[in-house]
Amino acid sequence: MFVLRLLLKNAFRHRLRTALTVLGLVVAVCAYGLLRTVIDAWYAGAEASSSTRLVTRSAISLTFPLPLSYAERIRALDGVSGLSWANWFGGVYVSERNFFAQFAVDPPSYLALYPEYRLSDAERQAFFRDQQGAVVGRKLAEKFGWKLGDQIPLRGTIYPGTWTFTLRGIYEGAEVGTDEQQMLFHWKRLSEALRQRTGAGSDRVGVFVIGISDPDEAAAISQRVDAQFRNSLAETLTETEKAFQLGFVAMSEAILLAIRAVSGIVIVIIMAVMANTMTMTARERLAEYATLKALGFPGGFVVRLLFGESLLIAGLGGALGIAASFPAVRLVGQLTGTLFPVFRLSPTTLALQVAASAAIGVVAAAWPAWRMSRIGIVNGLRHVG
Amino acid sequence: MHALPLAYVARNLWVRRVTTLLTALGMALVAYVFATVLMMSEGIRAALVATGQPDNVIVLRKGAGAEINSGITRPQAAVLETLPGLARDAGGRPLLSKEPVVLNSLPKRGSGKPSNVTLRGTGPSGLALRPQVRLVEGRMFRPGKAEIVAGRATAAGFAGTGLGESLRFAGREWQVVGLFDAGGTGFDSELWADADVLMQAFRRASYSSVVFRLADPAGFEAARAQIETDPRLTLEAKPETRFYAEQSEALASFIRILGLTLSVIFSIGAVVGATITMFAAVAQRVGEIGTLRALGFRRGAVLAAFLAESLLLALLGGALGLAAASGMQAVRVSTVNFQTFSELAFQFRLTPAIALQTLGFALAMGLVGGFVPAWRAARLRIVDCLRAA
Repeated sequence: MFVLRLLLKNAFRHRLRTALTVLGLVVAVCAYGLLRTVIDAWYAGAEASSSTRLVTRSAISLTFPLPLSYAERIRALDGVSGLSWANWFGGVYVSERNFFAQFAVDPPSYLALYPEYRLSDAERQAFFRDQQGAVVGRKLAEKFGWKLGDQIPLRGTIYPGTWTFTLRGIYEGAEVGTDEQQMLFHWKRLSEALRQRTGAGSDRVGVFVIGISDPDEAAAISQRVDAQFRNSLAETLTETEKAFQLGFVAMSEAILLAIRAVSGIVIVIIMAVMANTMTMTARERLAEYATLKALGFPGGFVVRLLFGESLLIAGLGGALGIAASFPAVRLVGQLTGTLFPVFRLSPTTLALQVAASAAIGVVAAAWPAWRMSRIGIVNGLRHVG
Repeated sequence: MHALPLAYVARNLWVRRVTTLLTALGMALVAYVFATVLMMSEGIRAALVATGQPDNVIVLRKGAGAEINSGITRPQAAVLETLPGLARDAGGRPLLSKEPVVLNSLPKRGSGKPSNVTLRGTGPSGLALRPQVRLVEGRMFRPGKAEIVAGRATAAGFAGTGLGESLRFAGREWQVVGLFDAGGTGFDSELWADADVLMQAFRRASYSSVVFRLADPAGFEAARAQIETDPRLTLEAKPETRFYAEQSEALASFIRILGLTLSVIFSIGAVVGATITMFAAVAQRVGEIGTLRALGFRRGAVLAAFLAESLLLALLGGALGLAAASGMQAVRVSTVNFQTFSELAFQFRLTPAIALQTLGFALAMGLVGGFVPAWRAARLRIVDCLRAA
């Protein structure tokens, strides 16, 4: 009890200095949490993927379409329990800043494969019936203030012209990680428009999504699908949905690496600041520590005092920083708009924030504690001057 | 008014070396992040802007934005070939290249993770239009053959694209017969092959872009007006430099905004460090301040001396950070450009403007961090100071 009181008194002897150090810690711990959340957001697609879905794309790259005729051949394969397909539309809503994903899909089979997109029966039927219709995720509808029945114009970049869709449903994600910022519309509408414009040969799909009943069979089924189309005009590459999503993440690996590095740097910056505070504190109290030693306290006691004080300040700053992370993440999530479909503080991030605060406290006290434990009583007392 | 000599300021920092170093280190890290982010953004911009030639004009389908989204049919391309005022080569052929561009997903060397590489179909006039591209090893692809020449960055980064290696796609075996150096521009991250062979192999009916040069660059507006008013063409023409500058915009500004936001947040930590250090400096030297004032130095001189000390500390941090950042210039990075969905290799670029901005940012941190302590030092009363001493 005595030690704790001493620690508290010591920590708040220089109120201003302690307050400033705590402020620095709050900023650093909060920034660290934000950066970790940005990295997590990148992996959100892979996190939300299902182990019972495979994605088949052209072996050359995602930009090459596959013929719709493959659908029957894939469906006939062993282990395939469901099949749907989707095309990336790449439309722009008002301005490029409002980026969100739009897919032209075959609605009944697609929604059957994605049960996590929860849609009321009435909205589902309305969407199925209206070929000009579309459904969007809840977050997207909130962001742009769309209501059922609204007209949504998109300017095509891959498919020229302005496309207007009628909003027929708003889906909700079944889990926290489900992407609620997508738009789905009828693949038939896209293919018919293309047929009118360019003539025949428009039955092309971007990717096939395959539903499987046994996740352990994923590798075998993938091979079976690809073997089916080997040496054909459009060879395929089939992988689990997770691997498919991670492929996108890997593309921006360099940026992710930079963000990771920077999130480490912020911790080092605050370590330097905190170490400085502790060094100054220890230097000022040289005589005091010598007195304690002269009174018979062992050298370890002084060391523990320093570590205790450092951890106390770091703990305080860390706790406030973590508390500040919640509103900060919410704010940044709103500011970045549709850029990150899922943006939330994960338990791992919180644990890392706690660990980082503790590490800062320990490292900051290490050097002054080592110095103080070695200082002789006489030298220390002489310092009183 | 007498000012305190700079040597006094510098020696004060030297006396408390450990504290000075720790504080400067904090600032150095912030300056380092600030500088590298600007260097990265500048590197992306420089690589793409240099990709375009000032006299070249690129034509894409209206609203396409990027080559892979675009499509120009053979008849449309034929109309473009009849445009008046095209530059011609020695043989009298127009300097115009009709190019199919496709993305090919290839595994990276080392990690084996796939990424999209731009595969461009071109021909002799395509090479004439890009004087920055030089063949450094092997030979050019032969017309009509399934042969590839690879950009330097592609060959280094992707499996199967080195000289003598081969790739299998679109039902054929493609031999890599040469390596080219495009001087650090976007073409370094591409693969080039014969345009007609590519069109055939991928069964494409349309090109992605048409690039041409005008005999008189001043004729651009007239050519653009003709292209955009021709009802047979739903195309748009842009100077190549502007097109590539636009391609760099999204990624470069994403990195810049992310980085600057981080720098500002981080700088709060460093400023706090400077404030703590300077407050301690003032507290330790109360007696000294009193003596100086008693000797006749004004409040302004004391304020200036402490501010100068803080600024010097910041300058030291800024210089350290900048030195570390300049070491990054040797690093080559490759990432996917969101706008083109394909790999782009670039180098961190340090420009004088970035160096000045970094030092300015560091000094601003020193000013903010040092002002309150310096102000407090200047406000102290002589009697109190001397009594405290």
